[in-house]
Amino acid sequence: MTPQLAGQIELFLQVVIAGILLGGLYSLIGLGMSLIMGVMRIINLAHGELMMVAMYITYLAFSLVHVDPYVSLFIVLPALFLIGAGLQKYLITPVMDVESVLPQNQVLLTVGIGIVLSNLAQLIFSADYMSVPVSYASKTIYWDVNVGGQTISLSFNFPFLVAFAIAIGLGAALFLFLGKTDIGRMIRATAQDKRAAAIMGINTKRITYITFGLGAALVGAAGTLLAPVYYIYPAIGGPFTSKAFIITVLGGMGNIAGAVLGGLVLGLGESLGSVYISLGYKDAFGFVIFVLVLIFLPKGLLGKSSV
Amino acid sequence: MTKKAVFLVVPALLVLIFPLAFENPYILHMLILSMLWIVLGVSWNLLGGFTGQVSYGHAAFFGTGAYATAILVKSGQPPATAWWGLLVGGLAAALLATFIGWICFRLRGPYFSLSVLALSEVLRLVALNWKEVTNGAEGILFLPAFNDKGAYYYIIFAIAAITIFAVHRVMKSKLGFYFLAIREDQDAAESLGIDTTKYKLISLMISAFFTGVAGSFYMNYMGFIDPGIVFDLSKISIMMILVTMLGGAATLWGPALGAVIYILVSEGFRVYVGSGHLVFFGVLIIVIILFFPNGIVGSILEAKGRRERRTDNKDPKQVGA
Repeated sequence: MTPQLAGQIELFLQVVIAGILLGGLYSLIGLGMSLIMGVMRIINLAHGELMMVAMYITYLAFSLVHVDPYVSLFIVLPALFLIGAGLQKYLITPVMDVESVLPQNQVLLTVGIGIVLSNLAQLIFSADYMSVPVSYASKTIYWDVNVGGQTISLSFNFPFLVAFAIAIGLGAALFLFLGKTDIGRMIRATAQDKRAAAIMGINTKRITYITFGLGAALVGAAGTLLAPVYYIYPAIGGPFTSKAFIITVLGGMGNIAGAVLGGLVLGLGESLGSVYISLGYKDAFGFVIFVLVLIFLPKGLLGKSSV
Repeated sequence: MTKKAVFLVVPALLVLIFPLAFENPYILHMLILSMLWIVLGVSWNLLGGFTGQVSYGHAAFFGTGAYATAILVKSGQPPATAWWGLLVGGLAAALLATFIGWICFRLRGPYFSLSVLALSEVLRLVALNWKEVTNGAEGILFLPAFNDKGAYYYIIFAIAAITIFAVHRVMKSKLGFYFLAIREDQDAAESLGIDTTKYKLISLMISAFFTGVAGSFYMNYMGFIDPGIVFDLSKISIMMILVTMLGGAATLWGPALGAVIYILVSEGFRVYVGSGHLVFFGVLIIVIILFFPNGIVGSILEAKGRRERRTDNKDPKQVGA
């Protein structure tokens, strides 16, 4: 094998690795959105803003009391759960029952919540870019592989690797929770048929609070995991909200396994596209795939939509 | 009827003589922005409120209108002036609307909304990256035609008046009834022989045309555009929806009221709070959705309708009507 070819392979594998690692985080964002969409049938357009809140909590915990971002997950997850459940209980649920001309008042409500959150962040923290300067932010693990006589050196960014592992752990925990626990079963029942679930004695309102709380906690975890490798600024939520619904549609609305797949596909697509096609159009791929999937595969890549 | 005419003509005259009486450029600027947003709200409302096709991506038409005019003016080929450029902006946006409609009207409800959003974001990225034509992120700088804000004031006043009048006429015509039928029940409308795709497309094209004209005006007035401004998701697309729903979707004057409140609240607080001033507008939106789900004008009309029904019910013939 020539060194050029080995270099090509090295680049390709490196890009795939970066895509999959990023995709793990995207899956976490998509899982939260998909859960909310499955149970409530609404698009949460404040999803990215909730992630931003988690990033600022991580930032505060680090800069004020030097809590490591990964440790601050123990603060962020409950905090975001409470914020999410509170938003659902006091703002979104009351609007669910109200008739209006525009059928999408709940969605617009989440837009309003997003505006308030991002502007509050701007008032409190200013629009400056902030970062969580951990010592291991650029730490990289190398793995040398021998391919046809040539040595290929693959690098793994440490924070991304940890983020990927935690994302997998949280995803697995969510699967177990939905599959094995009573509350998990109630959530799935509510997603399948809200009215029937209510007749069976499930307090569906409480289930929606829990669901929104879980969704917020999941995207919050993604925010915390991104904090060491990303800048934190008030307007960071918008692009991630778009990514979240792209992932959700790729995987099929409310399909949990699909959300994981959707996240990986988006991560890989962005990573491959930015290297092999064009960096500037990186974000356009997601949107184009999104529209194509909506039109040709309306039930998502896996072809079924259920929690 | 005469009472109605008085209600229209007197405020219009007041608005017309206003710049002669006050020459404060800041107030004029606020009024110009208000009227720009009236055009945006009213034209979004035709598609979103009256036809029930909620678009999350109207910045596509705003930006296309702005860029079409800007590119034309910059190319300098026919000696383009700002004024027939407005028409070019509108037509370019309407043309884009046929393409976007062709794709997105295959989808319904929230999927339609999100697909328009996605295409609008794609257009923003194209405007950002197609540097030969759009000058990329540097944007297009352009010498304004007038130094006097008064001229812009009258032009945007005329555009706003024409937009409101056009939407009013459309909604009084057969077309308007088709639009309402599609909003209320698309399948029922289809079964009554309404070509729903065609009429949704017409609604979108009219809406896009006025949005494009507004984009073109914005470009002329500000003298500078870049993709981040005119194709912005949260500051244009989403704001058009919020302005409409604040005042009252599917009412003629609701979006106009919403636009004025938006400019007053956001610009007013900008002076005192600086960055992050939109927090107050966000809170206002949440409060309105919680307590007046059909917007300010919508809720007033509703209350009025309820009162009228109650008085009507005293007439035995009207019971149950």
